[in-house]
Amino acid sequence: MYLSELTALPGVSGNENAVRAYIKKRMEPLCDRIEIDSMGNMMCFKKGTGNTGKTLMLCAHMDEVGLIVSRITEEGFLKFKTVGGIDPRVLVSKRVLIGEEGLPGVIGRKAIHLLTPEERKKAPKVKELYVDFGAKNKKEAEKYVTVGDYIVFDSAYREFGDSLVKTKALDDRVGCGALMELAQEPCTWDICFAFTVQEETGLRGARLCARRVKPDLAVVLEGTTCSDIPGTNSNMVSTRLGGGAAISFVDGTTSFNRQLVSWLYRLGEENQIPVQYKQTATGGNDAGIIHVSAGGILVISISVPARYIHSPSSVISLQDYKAVKDLTKVLMQEVDYADNIENIM
Amino acid sequence: MLTILKTLCETSAAPGNEGAIAKLIAEEVRPYVDEVYTDALGNLIAHKKGTGKKLMFAAHMDEIGLVATCYGEKGQVYVAALGGVTPQTALYQRVRFSGGAEGVLVPDGKLDDIAKNLSLQKMYVDLGAKNEEDAKAKVALGETGVFGGCFALQGDCVISKALDNRSGCAALIYGLQQAKRNVNDLYYVFTVSEELGLRGAKAAAVSIAPDYAVALDVTPTGDVSSTNKRAVSLGEGVAVKIMDRSFIAHPIIKDRMVELCEKHSIPHQLEVLEMGGTDAGAIHLTCGGVPSGCISIPVRYVHTPGEMISAKDLQNAGELAKLLIEEGIE
Repeated sequence: MYLSELTALPGVSGNENAVRAYIKKRMEPLCDRIEIDSMGNMMCFKKGTGNTGKTLMLCAHMDEVGLIVSRITEEGFLKFKTVGGIDPRVLVSKRVLIGEEGLPGVIGRKAIHLLTPEERKKAPKVKELYVDFGAKNKKEAEKYVTVGDYIVFDSAYREFGDSLVKTKALDDRVGCGALMELAQEPCTWDICFAFTVQEETGLRGARLCARRVKPDLAVVLEGTTCSDIPGTNSNMVSTRLGGGAAISFVDGTTSFNRQLVSWLYRLGEENQIPVQYKQTATGGNDAGIIHVSAGGILVISISVPARYIHSPSSVISLQDYKAVKDLTKVLMQEVDYADNIENIM
Repeated sequence: MLTILKTLCETSAAPGNEGAIAKLIAEEVRPYVDEVYTDALGNLIAHKKGTGKKLMFAAHMDEIGLVATCYGEKGQVYVAALGGVTPQTALYQRVRFSGGAEGVLVPDGKLDDIAKNLSLQKMYVDLGAKNEEDAKAKVALGETGVFGGCFALQGDCVISKALDNRSGCAALIYGLQQAKRNVNDLYYVFTVSEELGLRGAKAAAVSIAPDYAVALDVTPTGDVSSTNKRAVSLGEGVAVKIMDRSFIAHPIIKDRMVELCEKHSIPHQLEVLEMGGTDAGAIHLTCGGVPSGCISIPVRYVHTPGEMISAKDLQNAGELAKLLIEEGIE
């Protein structure tokens, strides 16, 4: 299982190098050819067993949400901006790692005693926060850090409960890990395992992959929101932890082909793989940009539910992770279903 | 044209679920073109060969709708919007799901309590289901639905749901059926998921790579509201789009449309829309840039069950489409 190592790697959007290098080394022996484009997307191609001339693109994004240094204060603190969607409320007092060296630091804010009654009522803004990494002053800080350095959450991979995992970057290292583990599964169609960049900053990398590969079907493997938690109305629960592989029928960026969605759900049921629908219509992923690229591409999205997504401590179930891999494996075996467009419209 | 318009309006096509209406349109256009096919997103593409430059027409088939997202214990079906559904308009509307189930969108709780920040999350569809199991049997998760609003013709006035954009579809069908000749190499594209952000048109434009594009869509009028002042009025003719928020019409297309209207005495008006967008907005940015324009049909009360157009305006839109086909764009 690659997941513990993958999630430990730093890979804030725009700086996916470490993740790509890790995956490349392990994918090289498993596929015929690897292409890396100018943005850093990595496409690993493997010939199918069927000479169908068709291509299946399995897609996962390598990047994670994080921070970037925007200014160094006279006192030696690091002001930062967020990269990707982060709720500032999850940031206070969290441990982080700064720059290529991974220098340890803590996100700081005034302690409760020092907050005015007004400040106590309000959520902190990013501009009120800073990273403290122990520098005495600006001059010392500048020896180690420059503006533009990336900052990642410092959060260990830890298994707990009934096959649950807590760590950072599960969105979308679960997808990356699943792709790697599926690399040797048989498929009649040619396959492109596409590891994309900059999904969290607006689906930027996947657009290039879609145009280059022009697949006949693209399957996006993701970590998605999971809100089976106290305080959520039952009609706002998107997915349930332990509920199985989450299949999207519509989200903020894609309305998925109804026949394909039903077929996939059925495949799960027939093969005793736990499946659930993602029940809210919000959010989005690489499928959103892929399906409108290259003259229109059929897309599917299969996700691992992740509680506290986009925070240092997101939580998934390894059973859901397995279900996503199992379902994708069956999809690869049965992919000919997507061959006839007229039949599924 | 009103006969086909009625049939089109009465067929459901929520975004992402345009299969049924695409079949219907395919049968209408097949005898008049060289080839009809569907792309991976469900866009219906009809190709009529010509010797001139490649001209793409785009009329979106979808209408705003809903999608079932989960169930309540008492048989409630909770929904999310597909496209620009305003909660105030949606409340207490009839909903028809693609599997045939009918329901009413009702407030989840006391109306007074939720009215202030009304949203679809505070409503559910009541199917008259006995319980959750019964609701599941009637409507599948992810099933799409559309709002009610039956078709009525009253003098020159047409009232119906989904006139956005069955009017555009009807005008394009009329134009291509009536045209006796053609100059351009023509692609009539009936697009999907326009209401979700011009998605189908964006994909189709890339595969067709047209030299020019003309969308057919509705445009809101400014003739009854005192708050939205616009020059476009119902019954004053087909509207030639100057701009909306998604694009500015290219002079080649816009001027050609005005020229044809004047030459053939077709009542027309110019449209400057400060909001909204149409398929041309997506198309004109593809393939290194495509000069684009739009034939607009004035509509009142867009995105409600009581959309209203003038039959004369629609006829004029159809005539303009026909003229563009017959006389072409060089």
